[in-house]
Amino acid sequence: MDQLQTYLIVAAILFSLGLFAVMTRRNAVAVLMGIELILNAANINFLAFARFGGMNISGQVFSLFVIVMAAAEAAVALAIVINIFNNFKSINIDEVNQLSR
Amino acid sequence: MITLGFWFVVIMTIAAAVVVVGSRNLVYSAVGLFFTLFGIAGLYVFLWADFMAGVQVMVYVGGILVLILFGIMLTHRISSVNISHTGLQRSLGALVAMVILFGLTYLIQNTPWKWVAGIEPESTTYEIGTLIMTDYLLPFEVASVLLLAALIGAAVLSRKNP
Repeated sequence: MDQLQTYLIVAAILFSLGLFAVMTRRNAVAVLMGIELILNAANINFLAFARFGGMNISGQVFSLFVIVMAAAEAAVALAIVINIFNNFKSINIDEVNQLSR
Repeated sequence: MITLGFWFVVIMTIAAAVVVVGSRNLVYSAVGLFFTLFGIAGLYVFLWADFMAGVQVMVYVGGILVLILFGIMLTHRISSVNISHTGLQRSLGALVAMVILFGLTYLIQNTPWKWVAGIEPESTTYEIGTLIMTDYLLPFEVASVLLLAALIGAAVLSRKNP
């Protein structure tokens, strides 16, 4: 637990799982969950490098901004998903190939 | 004892993330995401980032997860629950993800990292507040404008007839 590599590998595993979800899930909300996993993996990397780089607080401030961005992204993305559902009656992203109908 | 707790947190995080990715039922995925986000907050504590752990629990577990649950409930229909993957897509995606995971792991293991052990700080909140109010004042203000724009945008987008 006092090794940089452990945290980096945990973050790499989370990133790969999130990438897998983004690539294969067809439900738009599940794709969003994959994006959250990827953002969290990036955050773990920031904090790990902040700690093992001599407790540099700038890394923590940056991960704070990542969380702010993730919150804004989740709100707008879910609004879009709900709009897609109202228009197409489905959130299968393979079927959604038009902006409106 | 602390090492045991650390590995417990790591295994819980990864197992819950596997549930998030693999479960066909979206509600199970959301519950898995809950445990993943809590586990990541635990990892932040092990990384001496106490303030960030608090923010993670409040924003992700308290905000984004509830938002995602609302998204699931509002778009939930019997016919859209079991959107099946095609086998080819799934195996190709698994292949790409595995290649990236092994590449990253190889890179991480074979890089001669130079890191310092550091001293555990009493609390990081004071330093974060100081940095936000001095060096990162402009990004902080831009973040508040971004949040306002996202708030208005989401409210406008999710109306029935915009």
